[in-house]
Amino acid sequence: MTEAAAPSTPGRAIRSPALASHFHDLRQQHAAADLGLWIFLATEILFFGGLFAAYLVYAVLYPDGFLDAAAETEIVIGTINTALLLTSGLTAALAVKAAGAGMRRSVTMLIAVTIGLGLVFLGAKGYEYWLDLDHHLYPTSPEFPLAAPPAKLFWSLYWTMTGLHAIHILVGLGTWGIILFQTVRRSFSLTDNSRIRIAGLYWGFVDLMWLFIWPLLYLMGRAT
Amino acid sequence: MGEVELVLPAATSAAVSTDGKLVGLLVISGLITLLVASLLGLFAVRFRRGSKAGRSRLPNWFSRELETVWTLATVGLFVAIFAWAASQDFALAVPPARSMEIHVVGKQWMWKAEHPGGQREINELHVPAGETIELVLNSQDVIHSFYVPAFRLKQDVVPGHTTRMRFHTEKTGTYRLFCAEYCGTQHSAMIGRVVVMAKEDYADWLTRQPEGDDLEEDGKKLFVSKGCAGCHYGSSQVRAPRLAGVYGSKVPLSDGRVVTADDDYVRDSILQPKRDVVAGFAPIMPSFAGALTEGELVSLTAYIRSLAVTETAR
Amino acid sequence: MSDIPYRDVDVDGEKPGGRLMEESYLGERFSIWSWLTTTDHKRIGILYLISTTLFFFIGGAAATMIRLELFTPAGDLLTDDGYNKVFTLHGVVMVWFFLVPVIPSVLGNFLVPLMIGAKDLAFPRLNLLSWYLNILGGTFAVWAMLSGGVDTGWTFYTPYSTAFANTHVSLTAIGVFISGFSTIATGVNMIVTVHTMRPPGMGWFRMPLFVWAIYATSLIMLLSTPVLAMVLTLLVTERLLGLGIFDPNRGGDPILFQHLFWFYSHPAVYIMILPGMGVVTEVITCFSRRRVFGYAAMVYALLAIAVIGFFVWGHHMFTSGQSMYASLTFSFLSFIVAVPSAIKVFNWIATMYRGQITFEASMLYAMGFVGLFTMGGLTGLFLASVPVDLHLHDTYFVVAHFHYIMVGGMVSAFFAGLHFWWPKITGRLYPETAAQIAALLMFFGFNLTFFPQYILGNIGMPRRYHAYPDAFQVWHVLSSAGAVILAAAYLMPLGYLVWSLIWGKRAPSNPWRASGLEWQTGSPPPKHNFLANPKIEGSVYDYHPAQQPRREPSDD
Repeated sequence: MTEAAAPSTPGRAIRSPALASHFHDLRQQHAAADLGLWIFLATEILFFGGLFAAYLVYAVLYPDGFLDAAAETEIVIGTINTALLLTSGLTAALAVKAAGAGMRRSVTMLIAVTIGLGLVFLGAKGYEYWLDLDHHLYPTSPEFPLAAPPAKLFWSLYWTMTGLHAIHILVGLGTWGIILFQTVRRSFSLTDNSRIRIAGLYWGFVDLMWLFIWPLLYLMGRAT
Repeated sequence: MGEVELVLPAATSAAVSTDGKLVGLLVISGLITLLVASLLGLFAVRFRRGSKAGRSRLPNWFSRELETVWTLATVGLFVAIFAWAASQDFALAVPPARSMEIHVVGKQWMWKAEHPGGQREINELHVPAGETIELVLNSQDVIHSFYVPAFRLKQDVVPGHTTRMRFHTEKTGTYRLFCAEYCGTQHSAMIGRVVVMAKEDYADWLTRQPEGDDLEEDGKKLFVSKGCAGCHYGSSQVRAPRLAGVYGSKVPLSDGRVVTADDDYVRDSILQPKRDVVAGFAPIMPSFAGALTEGELVSLTAYIRSLAVTETAR
Repeated sequence: MSDIPYRDVDVDGEKPGGRLMEESYLGERFSIWSWLTTTDHKRIGILYLISTTLFFFIGGAAATMIRLELFTPAGDLLTDDGYNKVFTLHGVVMVWFFLVPVIPSVLGNFLVPLMIGAKDLAFPRLNLLSWYLNILGGTFAVWAMLSGGVDTGWTFYTPYSTAFANTHVSLTAIGVFISGFSTIATGVNMIVTVHTMRPPGMGWFRMPLFVWAIYATSLIMLLSTPVLAMVLTLLVTERLLGLGIFDPNRGGDPILFQHLFWFYSHPAVYIMILPGMGVVTEVITCFSRRRVFGYAAMVYALLAIAVIGFFVWGHHMFTSGQSMYASLTFSFLSFIVAVPSAIKVFNWIATMYRGQITFEASMLYAMGFVGLFTMGGLTGLFLASVPVDLHLHDTYFVVAHFHYIMVGGMVSAFFAGLHFWWPKITGRLYPETAAQIAALLMFFGFNLTFFPQYILGNIGMPRRYHAYPDAFQVWHVLSSAGAVILAAAYLMPLGYLVWSLIWGKRAPSNPWRASGLEWQTGSPPPKHNFLANPKIEGSVYDYHPAQQPRREPSDD
């Protein structure tokens, strides 16, 4: 059974060490890994979907309150962060390409840059949180500056959305960190393993979520 | 052990037609259950292993046709039941010519009712028979649900919302009142009774209640004591809209929308004044959320409503 | 009845207990560590069997306390808070730690790879992780219970759960949140396995219907569980961090919580019932010796339930004050979602027509399932019609309705499956007569427990009541009496199944002469499932291979 794997992956008569024992061949294994991650991302979209649905409901109910509250967010930091994250998305995508071609040095470099950009993003986010707290923009703060009750709804959503997104970034950075370590140690074959592609897909998803969060939280308050 | 209860009295017109649906559904589902059970039993006996029954193979077209037939039959039956049940909703949705409004507030763990004349009761509700009555329901804390089995009606009472429950009373009697939505420790003690009385008895009952200020009087006092009058009355310094004649009228808002000033609008304007600001005014009113109980809100709303009546009467 | 003629116990050339046993997944040298770190889907299935059984008895103990309390009208056995905590515990444990995982994670884990001739699920380590997450979530829930309990009901309605309850709401919600990840992990694993690991020759429409049922269930799990995760996150952040979006004082809407919650929890009902439908299909075809009637219709019915089931959640909110048009739309869709269920019932019955029916315990459970599921489904129509629901919503009618589906349906189906595949899982035969008695007792006890609750609901008894008016007592006494019988019927299998592990007869590879690939390997199966590649020939459910009736080997 194991040797029967040969015809479907030409030129690979020996079983790759990357191939798990319950799969026939690498193609089947990669298909399973890709499908698994895509399905996981679908669940992530529904997870954030619940949050976006809540945002939408209240934004329709309280248009003015939401516009006023959204005008208080730090648009400069938010926009810089968008640029950082999109650039890291590019380097991550290039890392996946490079891994497909087996270019270990480029992969190492690109993952390192991705991690760096992610860390800067988190740093900027932290500074922004500090500014927000300084402006008492936390819903339970006694000196919360906005009088309209729906403003507290907006800021609850702000902290929840950006907080959950930051947790996703952290998970992504952790994953990249492990992969970087393994790449440097040469402990896995770049072409036989799908882990870099999987991490790249996940990172792309985290990018994409930010592209929904940015307009909702930062741009909307400046629309008028 | 108490008397065994099997049949509920039907005290409203809705109860009668709901019972019709209930019996109809009971008959239909009883027949289907009987069909399923007898087919199961019949096949189990007739086609038990080794029995002499014939087992020739069914032609393919037969199974396909059969599948189509029972799919269509089920769809038809279910859609018919839906339409039959829905017809009652449409009938109920037609607003009656006139109705009597009673305000009910749910709080952990009691029901407080206020009649139009200001009479109050707790965990009891007296209503006249042969009238259309509309309950205006608010909650002071968590979600409750006003449930009178003999009316076949229940309505959730949701904090932040004003919900309504309309019924036409028919049969006099004393009926159980329950809270049907779980609301905490003493949920099962949040019970009471609804008394449907002949009209004369109801009028008589009203007069026998201790003299309470009626809602409008109450509201008028609150209007002063809570400081509303400071801005909304006479020639105050602060620019705030006058409230006479507002109730029931179309109000233009600062963002261009036009809303009808009804109970919900008045209530929202007190609790969330920044939400719907009247055109031409600055959003300077503070929120009274937390500063007023549900009962006080009801009274204030009643007072503002009365301002409209005097206005139009003039 | 105990002497089933065609059950061939000792087959030549396959001496049970010898070589086969050592090569089986059970046969390795026993060590706790090897079990706790296993990635073998069969062993993980067993781990799940042990943990769900444990949770079933925790939830069952709570149910016992509820029924004891309700024996008398006054609230005398438990305090009001105590009662509220007990029914919350019952709901939380039974829904998330028993009903949702029980068939997909026990039987699905064990059988899906065997049924499609694969060596394991696609992600074995993820599979093990899902069990640990389930245990961790359950630990949180039990921890919440031990440190004082939680009293919101399993529905966690706001603002009670966010602003008023002083019990361990967050701890419980976190437990449920974690178990949600376990559900998602199982769902991903099942879908990827079915998509990528079927052998050549097994097209989509040649899969056993049990695999189809697990597939449809996994779809629902994946699309609904994340929404539950989000709603619980919002609940916990509101309680712990003050980031409230359901708080009415800020203009938040408690009804929004209900929408999000039921967007998960209504499809979750189908998570709990679809796998049961899959089991029942396997059992009825086998013991009727018939090809399943209308295979394609069965598949489409499963998928239709999975899809339409996502658009009916609003029927839980007819009394919440939502617009009449919203209510009518949800009502209409709720009637439509009942159609595929009805089709399945008719198909099961038609499968028995002209069969060679025998009445092993699994078959008795499966027939019970068909009857009870029919009743549960039909009473669902009452609740789907708006005017009738205004009366019956949040009464014992609803309690009876979903227990007919969940307990009468799902638990019966689980027992049907557990008995059916017990020889495959353990390599032992269970005592048939005892099992048949337990099945009949369960059917009788179940009806006595829950049928009176339909009547109670109809005369206006609300749910979650600790004390009630005297007039309702007769029905509560009947119900409590039924619960005693039901409890005994649940303890019986625990006794004789454990007994069979040691003293039961060794099972051959295919004791029921069932079709399906899982019966082509040893009982218990070897570590890598199949010693030789399984043969895929003919269609599934080939109980009727010749075009004319085939007489079973004569039984005289």
